[in-house]
Amino acid sequence: MSTDLHIRSLASLPDSTSVPPTPGLWRRVLAEKSTNTLRPKHRGSVAIWLATLAWLLGAALTAFWPDADEWPHSDVLIGIQLAVALVCALLGVVAVSRSQADAGDEVGLDAPARVTRWIALGPWFIALAIGIAFWEIATAKLEWLPRPFFAPPQALIGVYLEDFPRLSSSVVHSLGLLAYGYVLGAATGFVVGVGIGWSRAVGYWLHPVLRLIGPLPATAWLPLAFFFFPSSFSASVFLIALATAFPVAVLTWSGVASVDSAYYDIARTLGAKPAFLIFKVAIPAALPLVFVGLFMGLGVSFSVLIVAEMMGVKAGLGWYLQWAQGWAAYSNMYAALLVMALMCSGLITLLFRFRDRLLVWQKGTLKW
Amino acid sequence: MVDLLSTTYAEHDVNHAWAATHVRRSNPGARIDVKEVSHRFSLKGAALPVLDAVDFSVAPGEFVALLGPSGCGKSTLLRLIAGLDSPTQGALYSNGVEIDGPNPARVVVFQDPTLFPWRTVRGNVNVGPEAQGQKRTQAARVEAILQLVGLTDFADAYPHQLSGGMAQRVALARALVNDPEILVLDEPFGKLDSLTRIRMQAELVRLWQRAQFSVLLVTHDVEEALILANRVLVFSERPARIIAEVRNDAPYPRHRDDPKLVALRREVLAQLGIDS
Repeated sequence: MSTDLHIRSLASLPDSTSVPPTPGLWRRVLAEKSTNTLRPKHRGSVAIWLATLAWLLGAALTAFWPDADEWPHSDVLIGIQLAVALVCALLGVVAVSRSQADAGDEVGLDAPARVTRWIALGPWFIALAIGIAFWEIATAKLEWLPRPFFAPPQALIGVYLEDFPRLSSSVVHSLGLLAYGYVLGAATGFVVGVGIGWSRAVGYWLHPVLRLIGPLPATAWLPLAFFFFPSSFSASVFLIALATAFPVAVLTWSGVASVDSAYYDIARTLGAKPAFLIFKVAIPAALPLVFVGLFMGLGVSFSVLIVAEMMGVKAGLGWYLQWAQGWAAYSNMYAALLVMALMCSGLITLLFRFRDRLLVWQKGTLKW
Repeated sequence: MVDLLSTTYAEHDVNHAWAATHVRRSNPGARIDVKEVSHRFSLKGAALPVLDAVDFSVAPGEFVALLGPSGCGKSTLLRLIAGLDSPTQGALYSNGVEIDGPNPARVVVFQDPTLFPWRTVRGNVNVGPEAQGQKRTQAARVEAILQLVGLTDFADAYPHQLSGGMAQRVALARALVNDPEILVLDEPFGKLDSLTRIRMQAELVRLWQRAQFSVLLVTHDVEEALILANRVLVFSERPARIIAEVRNDAPYPRHRDDPKLVALRREVLAQLGIDS
């Protein structure tokens, strides 16, 4: 497909009267082609209507099947289930109108791409409705899963409604600590990596240190760190930074070291000085690997963050989990875990977005 | 085929003439002197001679082709002229000054376009001006060069979106924007399909005739050398020595089926030990 495009564009190149296709256009053409062949239109609208039905049934189940023990906040759960059913129904209306327009070869509702993506999530909406219904049955309705250790959906809703201040301040604390440690660690790792990759002298001194200290789990420093640092916050920043810096340094280094020497030759013959070679050749060429390092560093930093908060810091999600366990507040633990999952996933999404923006020139990158 | 090329070039000519007036050169072509240059690589402790007392000159504005079998050391010679390496023995001079490092006045175009994949076409052409701290003053020239090689419409495309011929044009534009005194070409069309190669060869001759820089072209294609160059230096197998020199005064544009060229071709092939 792409060779076709190349031939066409080359042929039209010297001819200034015909308008050559711009790269943006190619991409749109390609995208349209692939969605046209891949999008199962009718199945899409069927699935989204089935999802509507599933969420309605779920709401009915919550409402009319009596709980084994009375649970508060069931009404909120019903409200949420009905709201999702309504969203599914609206998506279903858009899907049906669109497939009719396509069948009649006329311009239908021109919904944005985001709506198309939501409609494509129909099967996931069904699965979620069924999952939540089973969860509800296994806990609130039949208590197959014994009561203090397992919580029904409405118990989590209760935590979010009643313990919102404490939970949200925990999130803010965790994010703050993580941001300090991660940014510090990523910056240090990046500078160290570029240094080792670029300069023989820096490599001579830092490489052995990196080899010795890097593989050591950052959490092993925990007792010492809490002893040496003036506050548990600064100790945790140090630990998170340490954990992040290692993968970032190694991958940045390998990225800089593996730059094709032809790039340097070309730049030098064009008059480039060493600063240009580092900042405009070595670093951009290494960026794809730097981002792999940043991604790995982010993963490690989460686990160090939670451990540090469980061991010493008196705030944050790790501390919240520990505190909930102390009070045997299992619902709070599930609620905190869910928040934590969303937070970590959200941060990784953010990192990938940032990468996609910075590395538009790269093709075929992993979509998160 | 001929028709297709001539009509597209008629269209192209208008742009070409316009752009060429904006890409006027300030320096005449460089004079290059290669004096008794020998070069060795050390491979696992053993010395591997690649150049053996190579001695020649390129006059200002001259188009010289270095012809020889693959792997004979021609590319090494180009790296020495570009100033990327220094010779084991002998010396090289550009306008009488010894070459001791890279200089944008002597730009190299390699067989692979080696564009920077993170820069757009315009960004790639801009590397020279940017590296020399002249991005602002050279902005109009960059646009004119893009026009000259017919890539204005692709200025914002990334290298992975280009075909091989287009990428090589960008590489040529990236070299030309520096207003070089000598263009050093290392089999620049070696990886292009034959149609694109013919077109690019014609374009190179036109550029050279307008801009008057010197050209040093390394190739292993006898026909390419004879179509393009004023003078062809024939190299032996490694270690490379100059074994013959063929002068070609035929006027441009030259045609492949010109009997004079065919005769020259036979002569050069005989020098290389091939009967045709």
